[in-house]
Amino acid sequence: MAERAHLDFERPITELEKKISDMKDFSVGESVELSGEIASLQKKLEKLRGDVYSKLTRWQKVQIARHPMRPYAMDYIRLLSEGFLELHGDRGYGDDKALVGGFARIGGKSLMIIGQQKGRDTKEKLIHNFGMMHPEGYRKALRLFYMAQKFKTPILILIDTPGAYPGIEAEERGQAEAIARNIREMAVLEVPIVVVIIGEGASGGALGIGLGDRIIMLEYSWYSVISPEGCAAILWRDAAKAPDAAEALKVTSQDVLELGIIDQIIPEPSGGAHNDPEKTAESMKIEILKSINELEKLSTEQLIEQRIKKYRIMGVFDE
Amino acid sequence: MEWFRKAKPGIDSQEKRNIPEGLWTKCNSCGEIIYTKKIEELLWVCPKCDYHFKYSSAKYIDLLLDDGKLEEFDKSLSSKDPLKFRDSKKYTDRLKQAQQKSGAVDAVIAGLGKIEGGEVSFAIMNFSFIGGSMGSVVGEKISRAIERSIDRNIPLIILSSSGGARMQEGILSLMQMAKTSSLLAIANKKKIPYISILTNPTTAGVMASYASLADVIIAEPKALLGFAGPRVIQQTIGQELPEGFQSSEFFMKKGFLDMIVSRKNLRHTIAGLLGHMRNKN
Ligand SMILES: [Zn+2]
Repeated sequence: MAERAHLDFERPITELEKKISDMKDFSVGESVELSGEIASLQKKLEKLRGDVYSKLTRWQKVQIARHPMRPYAMDYIRLLSEGFLELHGDRGYGDDKALVGGFARIGGKSLMIIGQQKGRDTKEKLIHNFGMMHPEGYRKALRLFYMAQKFKTPILILIDTPGAYPGIEAEERGQAEAIARNIREMAVLEVPIVVVIIGEGASGGALGIGLGDRIIMLEYSWYSVISPEGCAAILWRDAAKAPDAAEALKVTSQDVLELGIIDQIIPEPSGGAHNDPEKTAESMKIEILKSINELEKLSTEQLIEQRIKKYRIMGVFDE
Repeated sequence: MEWFRKAKPGIDSQEKRNIPEGLWTKCNSCGEIIYTKKIEELLWVCPKCDYHFKYSSAKYIDLLLDDGKLEEFDKSLSSKDPLKFRDSKKYTDRLKQAQQKSGAVDAVIAGLGKIEGGEVSFAIMNFSFIGGSMGSVVGEKISRAIERSIDRNIPLIILSSSGGARMQEGILSLMQMAKTSSLLAIANKKKIPYISILTNPTTAGVMASYASLADVIIAEPKALLGFAGPRVIQQTIGQELPEGFQSSEFFMKKGFLDMIVSRKNLRHTIAGLLGHMRNKN
């Protein structure tokens, strides 16, 4: 088994995995019967994985959402849809590669899929700008939303961003305006919108393509008003306090569900989505289709009314 | 989300300098020493460089609305602490301190007023309350102001000054962007006139929601505007930002503002616009 990227708290797991794989290689090479030992180590591995993953802190969960091997939007598009036809450009400025979008089919159903895309290696990371969109990305998404509306195609959105890009050109081209407009326009789109947060859901950068009828989070994704690092830099004056900020901000899928912001959590395979992307995609596919089928039963008026009402009641205050 | 940031060095102590104990006031921008009584008459605008000092909500109401009168709504709405948030301070303590210091319950006042006889739904943000940050209370009061404009078929006017969403309410704050913006989608469909006035500073979550969604967007001169805070951008790109970056004048040039209007001309300009924008449907 090739050495694979792992997080600190994954180390005992990957070490045991390596031991099992070495033992398997040895038993094959030397024709030695080790199946009993291997089976007991496998059992130990499952227990260890269960122990580690049941005791994760919020910060550790953020780490899983950022795991270098975690599946990205295009991985899921390949795994859960057929015939993805990617569409490009905002028709005004350019083509933001931090956002992919296009038509595809899931279970035979025609969908518009929009996703924030990160890169796996350095070159890809730069091409996709680490999943941080510029205004033209938000405008490209809006163009595709309108197209979906025109052809009565439900929209699936996959969110995975550390934030909208904070740079000079992004400001020059109106990052705030682009995000604001998307949020407003998505509220009244005449087709069902299903949003799945697959990794990082940071702030306005996520919400700028994140308003919908069903908001679903993968178990180890996070969703927050600001990244833990950003919050720590401001309130603790020290970005290294990000673990404290993650706790205080309550960023995990369970937290966000309890706060009434999302509709559903999709459990991930033992050890996280990267341990079994196919299984994760299969669970997603089932839930996405279920949501879309439910939403398609509503009239356009009911759909929009329910969507706006969903957000109208969010907030906690005394009166 | 950059509410603590200082727009200009020394702005922190501005409040103190504004207190009438000083016969003279020093301009934060150009350093000019001005007779305090004189700058008060000039609506706290520097006669030399046009720098717009912070102006209280009460003074804006006085300046913009007929007879300086606002019939305030939703006065009792106050913040809770749903996350039990604590950094160096407890959020509940931060709230108490802000309330004591400002005499306000939270960072926005909203209600009904008139401009040259015509009724308007008016809301004004207060930067001195936790950086004008938007939590559940700000989001709810802005939402109700939008709904009042729809229900009564009257124009909506929101004067913003905010560092963005209130981190201490976490994801609930982020959702206030969705709540207010989706109600503005309805207002827009119903052809409700909406004028957004941006004052120093208006950034992040407020700028990326209702402040940017008006028919007409007006900024005061030399306000700091934008999505990301200058410090965050500077850290990202690792170099100094160009002079005047993210100012009203910068965004005017880039096509994101309709006009830059000096404080003394605000009321007159809004009244003129509303003369054309009354819903004729
Ligand atoms: Zn001056």
